Amino acid sequence: MASTDTATTVRKDDLAGLEAGLDALDAVELRRTPVREVLLKKVLPPSLAVLLVLAVWQLLVSAKVTEETKLPAPSAVWDGLADMWLQGTLLDVIWTSVSRGLSGFLLALAIGTPLGLLVARVKFVRAAIGPILSGLQSLPSVAWVPPAVLWFGLNDAMMYTVILLGAVPSIANGLVSGVDQVPPLFLRAGRTLGATGLKGTWHVVLPAALPGYLAGLKQGWAFSWRSLMAAEIIASSPDLGLGLGQLLENGRNNIDLPGVFLAILLILVVGIAIDLLIFSPLERWVLRSRGLLVK
Amino acid sequence: MATTLAKAAEGTAVEQTHAARIEHVSKSFSGPAGTQLVLDDVSLDVAPGEFVTLLGASGCGKSTLLNLVAGLDRPTQGSIATPGGRPALMFQEHALFPWLTAGKNIELALRLRGLPRAERRPEAERLLELVRLGGAYGKRVHELSGGMRQRVALARALAQDSQLLLMDEPFAALDAITRDVLHGELTRVWEETNLSVLFVTHNVREAVRLAQRVVLLSSRPGRVAKEWTVDIAQPRRIEDADVAELSLEITDHLRGEIRRHGQH
Repeated sequence: MASTDTATTVRKDDLAGLEAGLDALDAVELRRTPVREVLLKKVLPPSLAVLLVLAVWQLLVSAKVTEETKLPAPSAVWDGLADMWLQGTLLDVIWTSVSRGLSGFLLALAIGTPLGLLVARVKFVRAAIGPILSGLQSLPSVAWVPPAVLWFGLNDAMMYTVILLGAVPSIANGLVSGVDQVPPLFLRAGRTLGATGLKGTWHVVLPAALPGYLAGLKQGWAFSWRSLMAAEIIASSPDLGLGLGQLLENGRNNIDLPGVFLAILLILVVGIAIDLLIFSPLERWVLRSRGLLVK
Repeated sequence: MATTLAKAAEGTAVEQTHAARIEHVSKSFSGPAGTQLVLDDVSLDVAPGEFVTLLGASGCGKSTLLNLVAGLDRPTQGSIATPGGRPALMFQEHALFPWLTAGKNIELALRLRGLPRAERRPEAERLLELVRLGGAYGKRVHELSGGMRQRVALARALAQDSQLLLMDEPFAALDAITRDVLHGELTRVWEETNLSVLFVTHNVREAVRLAQRVVLLSSRPGRVAKEWTVDIAQPRRIEDADVAELSLEITDHLRGEIRRHGQH
């Protein structure tokens, strides 16, 4: 009797030790990338690309490929930037557009999210407006500027209308495809845990759909920014304040090509900066926390 | 007086004669090739605290039966009763939510069960201790090995505090060494709790290694073909001679069932 007892304990202890060993062997090592490597692999290549573009640009100007009125020198564009900075208007102009773009985007977020959820979860709604929603994505948002001007006149309401019509379909569609791609296993697991109905949506469907949703947000921002620029260029009015789109349009009116180049560069840089500062870190964080980021 | 009351309470607990009662259950699916009968008149009881394995070749409808017991699908005919409430279910894949840590996965189950917020964290840590993963509370799912993931999945299933645990080939995707260890873990956890287990597998030795009773299902349609009571003391090992002997006998029956399908 005693011997069986010892045998049992030995076996049990053996199991615990074996398990600890297995866990140690199988443990996944996670490593943070050193700063040097980040600089070398992520920062250096795009910096080189930008320098190359600048060098080619300067080379074309120096070689006098075309008249200076058609291709301004990089230095002329730089001077324009420095002027705006010294006059103190640079940040104002950028902020006018960025604040418009971001508040329009947030509004689109507030409308697009419930809309997307409704389309994803309610079959009738999906059949009714799903195709229209994906179709709207291929309609250039600049097409909404004329009706928006006729509806609201030249004011902020018109700008926001154009942004919303451009961004809401992207955000809603991103959420729909995110929900569609939720693995059925998660839904089954959720149901056996008691997450049904709204609880299932909140605890399982939404978090599982987050990567697709974020991709939709990213695209939604790109569409917001593009729509806003279209609206600002077409509908410039002194009442609206000077944004980047108006800056571009003013450059054209004054036949000021360096100013036009500067405006284009600023629009590009702001679009990229918002993506790099807000959306990319968000996306990376979500993917990394789920082990989905492949190095 | 108090003792009588306690006895009476005990009496009602004893009266519950089954953790799951499957009575004359049939299930058919209609597909492009017409209606297909998957389960045919299956009757099976799982007693409280009993460990039953359902064994069968592919096409015997064992996963279908488990889904029916779990309430994820309805039988075409017959009835299924699980008096202990909604059963817990473990899958072949761990099915842990990758946006939550191991601990938070368990806490979600506790929350959905209605446990107050303050009690969730200690209970989740207790359950992780139970599957010997005390330090894994803050670990993300992808940081855990396959065996650790299934242990967290087991802890999450236990968090439902259900009397019945359904397991759908939960160790099929693991390597042999890890599977052996998890067999030991599951047996230990089952002995420490008063859980009833209905465990589906196509692995005869696994069935004999774990169960008190092995139920063999025939294929297409699934019917209860034969039952064995396993009278081997735990802890068993999959290599034990008596496990091997019974496995051999059951395998012969299983092969007989499979051969029938090649004859027409």
